[in-house]
Amino acid sequence: MEAYISLFVKAVFIENLALSFFLGMCTFIAVSKKISTAMGLGIAVMVVQAITVPANNIVYHALLKEDALSWIGIKGVDLSFLALLSCIGMIAALVQILEMILDKFFPALYHALGVFLPLITVNCAILGGSLFMIERDYNFGESVTYGVGSGLGWALAITVMAGVREKLKYSDIPAGLQGLGITFITAGLMSLGFMAFSGIQL
Amino acid sequence: MSAILNDETKKVLTAPLVNDNPITLQVLGICSALAVTSQMSTSLIMALALTLVTAFSSAAISAIRNHIPSSIRIIVQMTIIASLVIVVDQILKAFAYDVSKQLSVFVGLIITNCIVMGRAEGYAMKNPPLESFMDGIGNGLGYSLILIIVAFFRETLGSGKLLGIEVFKLTKDGGWYDPNGLMLLPPSAFFIIGLIIWAVRQWKPGQAEKVEFKIMSIAHGEGGHH
Repeated sequence: MEAYISLFVKAVFIENLALSFFLGMCTFIAVSKKISTAMGLGIAVMVVQAITVPANNIVYHALLKEDALSWIGIKGVDLSFLALLSCIGMIAALVQILEMILDKFFPALYHALGVFLPLITVNCAILGGSLFMIERDYNFGESVTYGVGSGLGWALAITVMAGVREKLKYSDIPAGLQGLGITFITAGLMSLGFMAFSGIQL
Repeated sequence: MSAILNDETKKVLTAPLVNDNPITLQVLGICSALAVTSQMSTSLIMALALTLVTAFSSAAISAIRNHIPSSIRIIVQMTIIASLVIVVDQILKAFAYDVSKQLSVFVGLIITNCIVMGRAEGYAMKNPPLESFMDGIGNGLGYSLILIIVAFFRETLGSGKLLGIEVFKLTKDGGWYDPNGLMLLPPSAFFIIGLIIWAVRQWKPGQAEKVEFKIMSIAHGEGGHH
């Protein structure tokens, strides 16, 4: 249990996907102008991340890993080079299914999150989460924890960023630095702040 | 030669360098631009990989652009891009294993790099293969340029070396340069890109963004009555 809590805290704060691995930066910069939209996207990312990382974990361990196919009698086959293709296919398919389920059963939620879902397929935070899961060889339980944790960390980062930017637009910024430039500098300062967590051991 | 380098080709090759740079203006593909730049060698490999993937995927997508049903085009584009990235990943693992370990997941993340998708969607779907190939190379070079600038500052200031060769002699080896450890850490990449954007927009004021809220200047200045 302790290992899971430690992994969770690590995924949320210490190895924050947005601020220490720069994943999902394009959407992080583009959709962080308002707190409400940022939070919506953050929640969508968290939900998708919590579903896709474990799903990719199952596919990887059951089909692609070296000797993984031995349960149907095929030995010595290593399909792990297909991991990239299967991960992105899985993500695209799951996002599509999630969109349909939300549309059918939870229309209100669909209207709140729907616009963000297509964006999420090409969000590197989602693919990055799955690839980190493969690289670090997480088991199923760890992959669930990591999926939820890293999604939450990303959501937290983008919401905080949007909060800063909402105030920032009232300040007097040099013309060339306006918009994108100052956003990068702000993200850098936030990333410095998150580095304060890096010494924490649980 | 003149047939290949006509005006359109020249335009698509050079425009992305400064005027229409994918990173500083279009805000695409920032993730890897920040993550791999703590060393020059990884940045160069990453820049090369991305340029090749963008060029070849644009050419391939453009070649079959009239046969892709528009409702599933994203999936088709992604499959092509992912296959190319797998090829790059396998080549790196075979011939440059150390670099591929350092780049870790970021080679795989070329798949979701918005530059590749953006060029496929924005240019290759409407233009013939050769031009799309050149457009891919051009955008890849624009990306590479920023990557190399960032890596140059981060590696020289952060560890006193460039491509592993000593530039500044470090104090711990009896030299004069005390390395700036911050440059090797994530925040410095944000700062450097932010400053590059500032510099480019100062140079080309047309790229600057509009101010959402004008700050009113007070006519009477500080000497007014209160």
